[in-house]
Amino acid sequence: MLLVLEQALNGVQFGVTLFLMAAGLTLVFGIMNLVNLAHGALYMLGAYLAATFYQRTGSFFTALALALVVTLVIGILVELVALRTLYERDHLDQVLATFGLILFFNEMVAIVWGRAAIYAKLPAWLSGHIQVLPGIRYPLYRALVIVVGLLVAVLLWLLVNRTRLGMLIRAGASNRTMVSALGVNIRLLYTLVFGLGAALAGLAGLMAGPIYAVQIGMGEEILIQVFVVIVIGGIGSIKGALVGALVVGMVDTLGRAFLRPTLATVLSPSAADSAGPALASVLIYILMAAVLFFRPQGLFPAASR
Amino acid sequence: MRTVTRIAFLLLAMLLAVTPAAAQEKVKIGFITTLSGPQGVIGEHMKNSVELALDHLGRKIGGLPVEVIYGDDQVKPDVGKQVADEMLKRHKVHFVSGVIWSNVMLAVAPTVTAAGTFMIGTNAGPHDLAGKLCHELFFTTSWQNDQTPEAMGKYMQDQGITDVYAMAPNYAAGKDMVSGFKRYFKGKIVDEVYTKLGQTDYQAEISQLRAKNPKAVFVFYPGGMGIQFLKQYAEAGLRGQIPLYSVYTVDEISLPAVKEAASGQFETRYWSPDLKNAANEKYVNDFKKKYGKMPVFYGAQSYDGMFLIDSAVKAVKGNLADQKGMIAAMRKADYPSTRGKYTYNINHFPIQNFYLLKAVAGPGGEPVMQIQKTVFENHKDSYSKECGMKW
Repeated sequence: MLLVLEQALNGVQFGVTLFLMAAGLTLVFGIMNLVNLAHGALYMLGAYLAATFYQRTGSFFTALALALVVTLVIGILVELVALRTLYERDHLDQVLATFGLILFFNEMVAIVWGRAAIYAKLPAWLSGHIQVLPGIRYPLYRALVIVVGLLVAVLLWLLVNRTRLGMLIRAGASNRTMVSALGVNIRLLYTLVFGLGAALAGLAGLMAGPIYAVQIGMGEEILIQVFVVIVIGGIGSIKGALVGALVVGMVDTLGRAFLRPTLATVLSPSAADSAGPALASVLIYILMAAVLFFRPQGLFPAASR
Repeated sequence: MRTVTRIAFLLLAMLLAVTPAAAQEKVKIGFITTLSGPQGVIGEHMKNSVELALDHLGRKIGGLPVEVIYGDDQVKPDVGKQVADEMLKRHKVHFVSGVIWSNVMLAVAPTVTAAGTFMIGTNAGPHDLAGKLCHELFFTTSWQNDQTPEAMGKYMQDQGITDVYAMAPNYAAGKDMVSGFKRYFKGKIVDEVYTKLGQTDYQAEISQLRAKNPKAVFVFYPGGMGIQFLKQYAEAGLRGQIPLYSVYTVDEISLPAVKEAASGQFETRYWSPDLKNAANEKYVNDFKKKYGKMPVFYGAQSYDGMFLIDSAVKAVKGNLADQKGMIAAMRKADYPSTRGKYTYNINHFPIQNFYLLKAVAGPGGEPVMQIQKTVFENHKDSYSKECGMKW
């Protein structure tokens, strides 16, 4: 029973990591109607920058702040230089262009940092454990990831639903022409939204650095799961991204942990051995297919569309 | 002005007249590896080692000028086969060498040997090529895939370790590694867990592992998967609690990214930078000098590959048409290998020693792999019996 609780906690933690990525992607997709495959590249940059700044400055927080700001600036630059021309084009053009950006950033990282994975340190004071319940010790850093992720969820919700900027973002999403006719600089607004999305990807990347491998292509590994999250949650909805991420995180984690032992009670052990891992790895895709079948617009479709 | 033009034409004419003659006496080697994407780091080590070998050989193979054509397989069997075809048909190479991945090798090697050209593998050792598909034109300077986990199984068996928890990615090589391990390890295996290939987060599996409370853990997590697994294993506080034994998980490429999270890790391997012999010391020192980092076994094998080819071309005195003579020469493995002296089995796979390595703090505080003891002496692979080749 304790093990199930521990695994549920793992599921939440994995879900929150996915959410940090999904929030940025869904904002850009839902509001700007832009499919940004290069979101993973920004995640990678966040991780590389945080690791490098931490090594240079020796201070974890300075490194986090610097990495976040630089990723935000890079995001804004990418929007200004490359993506601005793509809003009126169809999704296929966007996919092609942002795929090109993935190749560009991967090679750039190879030139700057080399092809080998780099070292990302976990600060000593974060490497301990906390006692969640008697019998459950949980890594402190992962607990921190959960806290940061939920904090970001709350802040984003406040930003989108309770501020003037959020109002403009929502208005821009539902009727771009009308908003610009009212004298709002929609281009600047889009640049800001894209920068925010980039910063969120960067945040996810820098949180991931100490526990995952900081290497070229790390963004693409997670991006597929993130797309599953936003499809399940409903494109363009922050709430959908959060719920979708938690559902995917939970289903994936519990599937990996308990599917094989559960199957072994009904099937022969050898059949369970081969079916368990195979089924666990496609569980989230089955879930996505089911959601698409029953609710093609996702669990929480953005109200604007 | 006219004189200058005339001289230029004259030089050009001379160049054109001379080149074809020189080209016929050139040894052409096609080297296939992965040069792009995240796995390009392995290919970079292999390419650098080939270049270093050519430096040490005075940019000559068997006394002849040499041209190496590098090809990128992108970790895809179909691309590897295309690259090999191009090397055979367009460049008319005498040798194809390299290849990191077993699935790529299974596409490339038969193509090359069927065309009557030598295939000198410098990494992948799938069991098919050691057994039923063995070929007189195929040699490898690496190992058969199963040998390394066999060595780990033997070591853990000898230590009387029991209650082992085994983990690997869910694909052909992952299962081969565990079955190779079990060929020599006869103790109790608590559980065998196969994870998704390319998985990034192992926290769920680590929680399951801790709940089973095994005495030791055996894993195979190559590349980035290994980096994530080791970091998360250490982060979960299991480092120091349950000893971790692995194959192809910790090497000189991943160590700088993992650092202290790898300390105390056990690996088995046929080679290590601290292996004591003249050829290896020269290789390791010059590699560090030229490229500023530690070499890795992928590189050592590729370095050896060039020397093996050199020994063959030397033996036939540059007569590249004499394939029989070159086969006979390579079977002797008569060259200064970085692993020390070894012999070839009937299937052209090395019969060699395997060592137990441990990640320890090096002179500068950075972790390094260090040889602890010899696990196998002159270890033969388990598939040579299926190979029908006669010497």
